[in-house]
Parts: sequence; C-alpha cells; structure tokens
Amino acid sequence: MIVETGAFALILALALSVLQAVMAAAGRLRRSPVLAGAANGAAIAAAGLVAVAFAALIFAFAVSDFSVANVAANSHTDKPMLYKVAAAWGSHEGSLLLWCLVMTGFGAALARAHNLPFGLKTCAVATQGLLGALFLAFTVFTSNPFTRLNPAPFQGDSLNPLLQDPALALHPPLLYLGYVGFSVCFSLAIAALIEGRANASFWPAWGRWVRPWALASWAFLTVGIMLGSFWAYYELGWGGWWFWDPVENASFMPWLVGAALLHSAVVTERRGALAGWTTFLALLAFTFSMLGAFLVRSGVLTSVHAFAVDPERGMMLLAILGGTAGLAFALFAWRAPQLKGGGLFAPVSREGALVINNLFLTAAAATVLLGTLYPLILEAASGATISVGPPYFALTFVPLMAVALLILPAGPLLAWKRGDLKGASQRLAVAAALTVVMALLAFAVFEPRKALSAAGVGLGAWLILGALAETAERIRLFRAPLAETLRRARGLPLGAWGMTLAHAGLGVFVLGGVVETGYRVEAARPLAVGQSVQAGKWTVTLDQVRIVEGPNYLAEQGKLSVATPGGRTREVTAERRFFPAGGQTTTEVGLDFRGLDDVYVVVGERARATDGQPAWNVRVWWNPWARLIFLGPLIMALGGVLSLMDRRLRLAVNARKAA
Amino acid sequence: MRRALLIAVAAVGLMAAEPPPAPDRPLPDAVQEARAQRLFDDIRCVVCQHEAIADSPAGIAADMRGLVREQIAAGRTDKAIREDLVRRYGDFVLFKPPVRIGTWLLWFGPLAVLLAVGSALLVFARRRKMEISPLSPDEEARLADILAGEQLRRDPDAKPSDD
Repeated sequence: MIVETGAFALILALALSVLQAVMAAAGRLRRSPVLAGAANGAAIAAAGLVAVAFAALIFAFAVSDFSVANVAANSHTDKPMLYKVAAAWGSHEGSLLLWCLVMTGFGAALARAHNLPFGLKTCAVATQGLLGALFLAFTVFTSNPFTRLNPAPFQGDSLNPLLQDPALALHPPLLYLGYVGFSVCFSLAIAALIEGRANASFWPAWGRWVRPWALASWAFLTVGIMLGSFWAYYELGWGGWWFWDPVENASFMPWLVGAALLHSAVVTERRGALAGWTTFLALLAFTFSMLGAFLVRSGVLTSVHAFAVDPERGMMLLAILGGTAGLAFALFAWRAPQLKGGGLFAPVSREGALVINNLFLTAAAATVLLGTLYPLILEAASGATISVGPPYFALTFVPLMAVALLILPAGPLLAWKRGDLKGASQRLAVAAALTVVMALLAFAVFEPRKALSAAGVGLGAWLILGALAETAERIRLFRAPLAETLRRARGLPLGAWGMTLAHAGLGVFVLGGVVETGYRVEAARPLAVGQSVQAGKWTVTLDQVRIVEGPNYLAEQGKLSVATPGGRTREVTAERRFFPAGGQTTTEVGLDFRGLDDVYVVVGERARATDGQPAWNVRVWWNPWARLIFLGPLIMALGGVLSLMDRRLRLAVNARKAA
Repeated sequence: MRRALLIAVAAVGLMAAEPPPAPDRPLPDAVQEARAQRLFDDIRCVVCQHEAIADSPAGIAADMRGLVREQIAAGRTDKAIREDLVRRYGDFVLFKPPVRIGTWLLWFGPLAVLLAVGSALLVFARRRKMEISPLSPDEEARLADILAGEQLRRDPDAKPSDD
C-alpha cells in the first residue's frame, strides 16, 4: 500500500509539474497574479509529493519489500540498515527519483522566493516546472522505482558491495544537490533572456539572485566530488584518488563551469557587465549537469563506475538533454545580442581578472569535455579506438590550470574598473618571496628531486600566501595598531572571508595533489606472516591473517604493523571481503594516518612464498600530504558557505522569508 | 551450520573466485623496475574499464606487466615497448593517444579554445573602447567641479582595493 502511495504521489507530482509550467506561463502572458500564485503552489506541492514518493521508496528498502523490482535488484535482508536506506538512491531508478526530489525541492524554494520581479519569477518557475516535468516523466515512464514483481523473490540481489560505504551513501545526495542546483540558475537565465531589459539596474539585481544558487550548488558539488574521490581512494584500493575516469570527468565539468559562473556573476552583480556571458554560463552549467547524468546513466562510456546502465534510457536522456540545451542556446543566440552590457572597465581591473579566470576555467572545462567525449566521437566517426587518460590531462589541463592559478592571487588585489598592477605586485611581494623560498625548500627536502613538483609546491604555497596577503592588506595587519586591525577584521564582509578561504583551500588542495602525485612511494611483495615490506621510511609487517564474518560478507582480515625508525609503531587492518549474495570481492584498505601522510595498505590474493608457506600479495603506498587533497576542497566549500551567508546575499534571503 | 556454510562459500570465493594471476616479480634492478612502474601507469588493461595495468587485478593486466618487464630486462626502450603494445592491441592500449590527423582536435582543441575565446574577448574589448566618446568641454567642466567637491570629502584611508 505504501509503495502504491509512492507511485501515485510520483505520477501526481508529474501532473502538478506540467500544471506548474502551464499556469506560470499563462500567468505571465495574462499578467495574472492568481495563476502565477497557483503555479507556485503547484511547485511546492510537487516537491512535497516527490518527497512522499522518496520516503515510500526508502520504506520499501528498509523493510526489504522484494515485491518491488528495484528493491529486489538492489537490496538484501543481510545488509546493514544504513546501506538498505542508501540503496534507495544507489540504483538507477532510485537515483533518478533523488534527482527529481532535489529538482522539485529547488523548484519549491524558487517558488517561495519573494524578492524577484513578477515577470522574471513566473518565467523561471515555468522553466523549472518544465524541467521537473521532463525528468519526472522520464522517471515514471522509463525508470519507475515502484514497479512490482510477481511472484516476489525471497531474497534480493544486493547492492554492488563497492557502493556499501558511508562516504558513498552520502556522495550521491550531495552531488545531486550540486548538479540539480544549477537548474535554478538555468531557469533564471532563461527567464532573464525572455524578460531581460537593457535597463542598467536589471543585471546587477539578476546577478544577486543567481549568485546564491550558483554558490550553494558549487559548494555541494565540491563536497560531493571530494567524497566520491575519497571513496575511490580507500575503496578501490589502487592508491590513487583521481583517475580522469569519464564518470569523474562528468562531475568535474559542471564544477568548472559552476566556478566560472559564480565568478562572472560577481561581475554582473557589482558592475552590471558580462550579462550575456553570465547567462551563457548559467545555461552551460546545468547543460553539463545533464550531460553528466546522460554519460553516467546511458552506458556510452566505459568506466570503473558506470553503474546501472541502459542504452534505451540513454537515448531518452540524450533527447531531453538535446531538446532543453538546444532550445536554451537557440534562445540565447537570439536574445543575447539584444542584451545591453553594463559598466565599462580597463583590461587591468578586477573585472579584467575575473574575465581571465573565466577564460581559463572555460578552456579547462572544454579540455575535460574533449578528453571525455573524443574517444566516443572518434570511434563513431572512424571506427578507431583510442584511450584518453591521465597523461593527456597532465599535458593539457594541468598547464592551463597552472597558468590560471599563477595569476589568481593578483585578481582580488585589483580595484574595480581600473586596477593598479604595480600596486598589486608590490602588495604581493612578500608572498612571492616566501613562495620562492617554499619551492626551493621543497626542491631541497623532498626525495627524489623533482623540479616540476617543487614548482607545484610553490604554486600551492603561492595561492595560500596570496589569499592571506590580500586579507592582511584589507585588515592592515602589522601596519595599523592591533585594535584597528581587529576592528577591520570584524568589519570585513563574510564574502571576503569566504573568498580568502576558498582560494586558500584551493592552494591546500594543490599542495596535497602535487606532493602526493610527485613523491608517493609504492611497494608490493608477497608476504607470509611475520615478513615485512619497505616503502620509503615505513616498514610494514604482516602480523596475522584470519577469517572474520561481517553482517553480509566474510573477510580475510590482515593485521599489519606500520613502523618507522624513531617513531611509534601502529597497527592497521586491511581486508578482502567476499559477498556471497552477489559473488563479488572487494578490498578494504588499511589506512594509517600519519600527520598529513597516509600509509596505505592493501592485502590482496593469496600467493605462494618461496618456501611454500601461505603468503598474501601486499601492496603498500606511502602517500605524503594526502590529507590535504581532501581537506582543501572542504575548506573551499566552507568558503562558499561563508560567502553564501554574506549580508548582501542574506538580505535577499531574509526578504524572501519575511514576505 | 549457517556460519560453517558461509565460511566454506567464502573460502572458495576468496581463494578461487578468480584464477590467481602469477604474482608480480619485480625486476632486480631498481632503476629498471621504476621505469616499468612508470610505464604501467600509462598502459590500459585491455579488458577492464578505464584501468591502468598498474591498478588492475585482472589476469591479463598481470600478463601485460610481465611482458613489459621482460622487454625492459631485454634492454628495449620505452618507445619500442609502447610501439610493440600498440601493434598488439591498437592505440586503445595507451592512455596517451597518438598525435595524428584524427586526434589534432583532441590535442590542440584546448589551446584553440583558449585562443579563440581570448581573441574574441580582445576584439570585444577594442570595440567597447571605441564606443566611449570623449567628454565635451561642458562635461569636462562639470566633472572637474564634482571632483573638486569629492576631494574634500574623500576618506583618507580608502584604498582602491576596498569596496
């Protein structure tokens, strides 16, 4: 009964979303506040109904109702409750339902926004309703999570054990909050293209309305991608954290465009300039989100984690993607030339710096797009098969970003309209000197000596020091009395702190990424109990191997001790788990956190040692500064959240709540 | 009973789920082994989904690692080893695609995008500049007036970076 309620709620939500689009459009045409209000009501009700459907699906998973095909295919009675619940969004159908939930949820938030002018808001609500209807229709007609099975099986097929992991239980919701959050930017951009006026005050206001959505989506996406990367790091057991895998790229493209969008929206908000470009990015960000969904869900990609794939649904998704993006960009091509640009600025200015930022971020996104889609296109066009992997991106994406990051610290020090490059470089002189010292230190200290990696360390330090220098400048640190500095620090808007944090967080990430990639040490050997393997300064000894029983798996568990001369010896546990329900084997990495470093231990298959004793293939990585790789994005996202709480944007939110 | 059964299943699963590939035998020479490891990162396991042979547990990846090590031990260059792999498995086997007519767009596309968008911006900026007409004498006088008034009220602390 509960399952039927869910199915019914989902269909009703689809009908309401269609109604939302129609009523909002009619309300706009007839300038009828009643119709527009009804459309808003429909948006809120649709979100509520999808929430009911989602709750019903979670319930079906929680009680292991195997008469529901989706539950039977993705769950099992032996699974721990967390993973029963998480399986509700681990499958194709469930993840689409989650997508719809986030989309209608954001639609409801948009419908409740009270600070938007009538025309803009009704157009945005209509667009959001249309998008919601498309994805709800796709879910209901091709991927209904409530389809029943008759007869119901006694046991389910279980969820892919690789996905049974706390980080991965959280990863899809956060990722989708990011992906789908851009749909609001998309709707606002469509509305602006329809309603946009040459009037100078329109675009700054529009920039202020778009920015919170872009910031929130980007922050969610940052944490979502980071969690996914962390999962790949400790669950796949390959010692790496980013593989330039097509599915990873699919989430990275909207992130890059989203980062470009939130910077260009600042220019639109402050100066009314770049209006056309900001709308273009707003359309592009959600287009890339949909492209990501298509790439992951259609099975056109070969990837380590293209789960739940189906070519027919892929065609439908491609149609949705092509239709929406095609119409949106056609509208853009028609209307954009009529949009009147705002304030003028000199090439050397804050605006100019943000334009450079956008130039590089867009080129970087284009690189990732090329690298991801090129093998597909080439194979379709000529039948030739190629692989595009890390070496390609190291030669294209990395230099592009390196140049962009080199310029980055100067941007915030330039004034709007006309900047003073000489002044900015003077204020960065201390940071630049320290950066050179850090790079030289890295070159001298890290083994083996690598000039490029040392330069990378310098780049990371440059970003952090540059961000700190900018804040120090603004609060006049060491140049004014302490009380004055404190007063200024308190007076600094949250947005300024947010920017400093985000840029410094990027530097922290660069430090981690560069040092881990450049200086990691790997060792692999078959070990019998009592034997050890050396990775750099770490000696890893296999102390014991035993079979342990988990809730839905059995594991061969290795206890190993990690020792270093002059340091404490610590114990790590690494497992190879066997899941009888699906017949799969997974590895559980043993991680010894040592300050910023990880000692990463994988116990593999049984091997035969030379003297005939049983042995296990043990691989050990020493990943220096690996902690920073995951800490950096968290700091960046925190920066995004601080900016989101800035008074300027919060006032808009308050106005929305109060009214 | 259930436990015993599970352990039996697991024992079979853990030990015989896949035929154990021959364990990797690192090359005795550390420099050669380091070369092999670097090559492993760039070579794709041909039956896997986007995995390098360095990472893949598949049997064929182990065979390919063995092959690369053999060739290094036999004194062949990295280039010759790559070419040999491409002869056997096609371009697909290398994570770094070859530069030929069909992949020009792939390799030079990023630079082309950067240059295209960059020059479009430059043209745009030039055009914008021309649209600014110089102030008329009357406007100049009014501006001077305003600026004179501004000077008195200006915050001596204000910095161009403050906003």
